[in-house]
Amino acid sequence: MANKPAWRRAWPPAAALLLFLALWQAACAAFRIDPWTLPSPYDIALQMGEDAPLIGYHLAGTLGLAMSGVGLGLAAGVILAVALHLLPAVRSVVSPFVVASQNVPLIALGPLLMIWFGFGLTPKLILLTLVGFFPVAWSLLAGLGRAEPQLREYLAMIGASKWETLRRLEFPASLPYLFSGLKITVTYSVTTACVAEWLGASRGIGYYLVLKFKGFQIDAVFGAVICIVTLCLGLYGLAAWLERIAIYWRRAGKAGERG
Amino acid sequence: MSAETPYRLELIGISKSYARDGKPFQVLDNVSIRVREGEFVTLLGPSGSGKSTLFRLTGGVELPDAGEVRIGGKPATGERGLIGYMPQQASLFPWMTVAGNIAAALEIAGVPRREALASAKEWLARIGLDAVAGEHPGVLSGGMQQRVSFLRALLMPRDVMCLDEPFAALDALTRTEMQQWLLRQWEERRRSVLFVTHSIEEALTLSDRIYVLSAAPARVLREIAVPFERPRRADVWMDPQFAELKRDILGLLRRGDSDAV
Repeated sequence: MANKPAWRRAWPPAAALLLFLALWQAACAAFRIDPWTLPSPYDIALQMGEDAPLIGYHLAGTLGLAMSGVGLGLAAGVILAVALHLLPAVRSVVSPFVVASQNVPLIALGPLLMIWFGFGLTPKLILLTLVGFFPVAWSLLAGLGRAEPQLREYLAMIGASKWETLRRLEFPASLPYLFSGLKITVTYSVTTACVAEWLGASRGIGYYLVLKFKGFQIDAVFGAVICIVTLCLGLYGLAAWLERIAIYWRRAGKAGERG
Repeated sequence: MSAETPYRLELIGISKSYARDGKPFQVLDNVSIRVREGEFVTLLGPSGSGKSTLFRLTGGVELPDAGEVRIGGKPATGERGLIGYMPQQASLFPWMTVAGNIAAALEIAGVPRREALASAKEWLARIGLDAVAGEHPGVLSGGMQQRVSFLRALLMPRDVMCLDEPFAALDALTRTEMQQWLLRQWEERRRSVLFVTHSIEEALTLSDRIYVLSAAPARVLREIAVPFERPRRADVWMDPQFAELKRDILGLLRRGDSDAV
């Protein structure tokens, strides 16, 4: 009974996906499209099945790298947001540079980091941190300033310190913002990890993708793309699930501050 | 209340202006208010008469243009962390349990965590709310939230409790019930209270003394010692003197209004 609403929500997109795959398959057959140009879903599935152990190996590598990136980005983002929140003067000085840092293209930044830090793990982790911290930091920073004014006034009246206000009000109140940032960071991290692997690695789904491109195995390239998208969706779902657990009071009932 | 009972809170000659649309707007004009140890004092005035500003000055959140705040006999102008506070909205933190909310406030006041939690639970049991101590405030009714909020202010180890129109957001029936409840709770503990309301009945039912304030800029129109005995009867409003005082105050507020225009 409890699963029914979820099932009902899931079936329209699932049906649309199946319809799309059927049309694709039919088009490939009807127009005799060259598999080197656009492989049919069946060919892709076949190729993925054949390559499954290899794909699993590379996918695990990407997952590990992406999760390290998420961890580093989250930590850096939280620290930066709290620091800038507590020091508004520093915030106005640093903000433009932080925003500008997000506009440096990955395809320029990646190779530069390789030149500076070699081909090991370090440049990849730096790249992932640089990409991952920003969504977390900026949404958390917005959230920290938007705590319920009544609760802020109450804490001021009883003489709570800045730190107490942060700990008891601002941080818990901004958790929903933190999680919106985290959900973006999680998906960015997977794609960034793939770019990093593409630039230089011997493992990972990004590396596999480049390898297959060079070998003109377009069906395997499509397989890799499917794996990357699935990984992103999975991690996004994980973040959404964690959000539900962390913000437990939303489920218990709203309006704790109403009279 | 004898004349020798020391003052817990003194607001002496307080004046305060704000800039409104670029022009100075005076809110408080030489207001003096005193609360003795164990005394229930009410500020009664029309909406927008600067009662909340007076509270913010007492809490040290704002500074007066002129005048002095003294708490527990010591200068306290602009000093925070010296009062217990019950705001108009219950202002409970939705991510803490009911007991956790009270304990957090006590911790901010310097009570060790374990002691704070134990005392929160013990007192919740005393007011018959032990069943919800572990719940989150979102599940409580408005009246129950205000009881928790009152307890939170009561348990703060501070010289004076400031109650800012705590029942204004409640429906009439709950409001009467809460007044009686507050009266019983307060008469048992006798903390020094500064209470703000714009309800004349509420002021007369609860207080030892009432300061009637004018509309902005607020001045003290009159200081009234409420003559009814303690513990106060629930039907004190039936006393002929109650009606007489109410009429006096109403007249005072009307005249105060027309003066201000």
